[in-house]
Amino acid sequence: MRHLFCLLFAGAIMILGAQRPDPQQLLKEIDSNLTSNSAKSTTRMIINSRRSSRTLISVNYSLGKDKAFTEYTSPPREKGTKMLKLKDQLWIYEPASDRIIQISGNMLRQSVMGSDLSYEDFMEDTELAIAYTAIISGEIKHENRDCWILKLTARKKDTNYYTKTLYVDKERNVPLYEASYAKSGKLLKSMKLSDVRRIGSRWYPHKLQYKDELKDGKGTEFIFENISLDLNIPDHIFNRAVLRK
Amino acid sequence: MFSFILKGILRDRSRALFPIITVVAGVFAFVFYLGFMDGYVDSIIRQNARFSTGHLKIVTNAYAQEIDQKPYDLGFLEIRDELVLWRKDYPAFDWLARINFGALLDVPDSSGNTSGQGDALVFAIDLLAENKDLEYDAMNLKKALLKGSLPQTAGEILLSDLSFTKLGLELGQSASLISSTIDGAMAIRNYRICGTVVFNTEMLDRGGVIIDLADAQELLNMPDGASEIFGISRNGKYDKKLFRQVKADFNMRHGGNDEFDPVMLTIEDQYSLGTMLAFMDYMLWVMNFAFMFLLGIILWNAGLMNGIRRYGETGVRLAIGEEKRHLYLSQLYEAIMIGVLGSIIGALAGLGMNWIFNHFGMNMTSYNRSSSIMSENIIYTAIDLKSCLLGMIPGIFAPLIGSALAGLVIFKRQTSQLFKELET
Repeated sequence: MRHLFCLLFAGAIMILGAQRPDPQQLLKEIDSNLTSNSAKSTTRMIINSRRSSRTLISVNYSLGKDKAFTEYTSPPREKGTKMLKLKDQLWIYEPASDRIIQISGNMLRQSVMGSDLSYEDFMEDTELAIAYTAIISGEIKHENRDCWILKLTARKKDTNYYTKTLYVDKERNVPLYEASYAKSGKLLKSMKLSDVRRIGSRWYPHKLQYKDELKDGKGTEFIFENISLDLNIPDHIFNRAVLRK
Repeated sequence: MFSFILKGILRDRSRALFPIITVVAGVFAFVFYLGFMDGYVDSIIRQNARFSTGHLKIVTNAYAQEIDQKPYDLGFLEIRDELVLWRKDYPAFDWLARINFGALLDVPDSSGNTSGQGDALVFAIDLLAENKDLEYDAMNLKKALLKGSLPQTAGEILLSDLSFTKLGLELGQSASLISSTIDGAMAIRNYRICGTVVFNTEMLDRGGVIIDLADAQELLNMPDGASEIFGISRNGKYDKKLFRQVKADFNMRHGGNDEFDPVMLTIEDQYSLGTMLAFMDYMLWVMNFAFMFLLGIILWNAGLMNGIRRYGETGVRLAIGEEKRHLYLSQLYEAIMIGVLGSIIGALAGLGMNWIFNHFGMNMTSYNRSSSIMSENIIYTAIDLKSCLLGMIPGIFAPLIGSALAGLVIFKRQTSQLFKELET
């Protein structure tokens, strides 16, 4: 009788365990949804500061993990401002001064155009499955979607955010909420992802809401007006010469 | 009797010279010390009022909460009309709109790449507007200008001479200021360096940049904005009572609860200066008292020594029939005259020394390098009657008390013993 009870209990655990996906595999699924070989998008960034709201429109290109280029087209003050990322280097071009400044050191921690994103966030390119180890700590209903709660811990100590908590849509393998923490456990950034749409074989969130939890203000909305993935982007886009053009 | 004693003091140097020198030295040191300390405190107030706090300051409620961080993003926008009104309401002060912010000074090479960079503490003031002379006076700009000229057009800046030399710049060269707009976006603008300045204040001379207010408003995206409105008293005096009255009146008439409503602060309300000034005031009194006490003991001791040294003389005078009371009083008069004479000479010498340092200043640069207190590198001593009078108090009373105590022995002496004492 005692053996039978043990067998039943172990069986139940196996069944329950089988229902949960492998967390590392889940991270790979998320990466395959959110990362692409190349992308071109037009985005609207709504920055809700303590005093006012501003909307910035930009055209963005990316190629692999190492190359990214952004040009702001609106409002007039920011029009013509460009950012170029090549591997671990980042340059910004400011048309009013006609200067190209390399962003490095402490400047990387500053905000991108006054948003809740830092240049460091902008530079973050490592796939989740490579940068973090994961465990599934539970389930939650978030925005009417069934989600896994994923706890991530950085493999390297110098990662920007040592731990993360993700609510991952069970059906579409897309995170709908992300909280990023310092090593001390302090919440630094949070992000809500919504308006998940199908692009080819992927699910892709079209609206992101960032919040720098250390800053006053109501956060930054990041809306994809249009996005094309895995397309051919000419090489000259990712050349430093393009900044002054 | 006074003229007799005075003649005695002047003619018999062996009797009065040492006590007078002691009084002169003590009073001189005390008057100089008071002049120096007053000059030092004045320097702290003046320098803070000019560059950091004003005698009064108007900021927003939100800015006041985080004033130590100078959060210009919480400053005023579209402030022109209010400023006109405040200037009309409080004409005893010059009201100056300013923006203070941190930036990177980036020097490009011929191809536009960074060739040198340094931290900059930027002071945006009205350099080109109608009231530019007020700022020139308040910041002492004409005196501070070392090389080149003051800005004449938009886009020109003044740079601390130290940064200018360190970065190997030339007058007329272009440099960029990199900072953040009021919205937090990166802001970069190019400026022409038209001159260099030395304020004789370590904190400012390390990386100070002076820029026109309109240029800063454009750089930081603050239309008609200012982070702080400085109120500089027109007579330049630190009048605690008046400042408190104006503050209370302003906050009652113009203050409000919204985070961007204006609020007035006095110099004492900012950066713990109130506590520091109160503490310095208190310490000054404690030190004054201690100094006066020590000086009193020295002079008292000199009076006592004088009395004991002249033990024989008092014996002779008693022996030839002088009354004890008369003798005692003559010693007291003599002590008063020594005290007065020594105090006058000491006070004049102290004043003379204060005048020299008031005129030429005392270089405190090496001390200020390790000090977090904002004061001028050159300290000018104060010249006032108060320090003279305070210095003369111990100078007059201490020898008098010394002589009064030492002289009591006159009343204990027996006439019958005098000849015996004189024989020995």
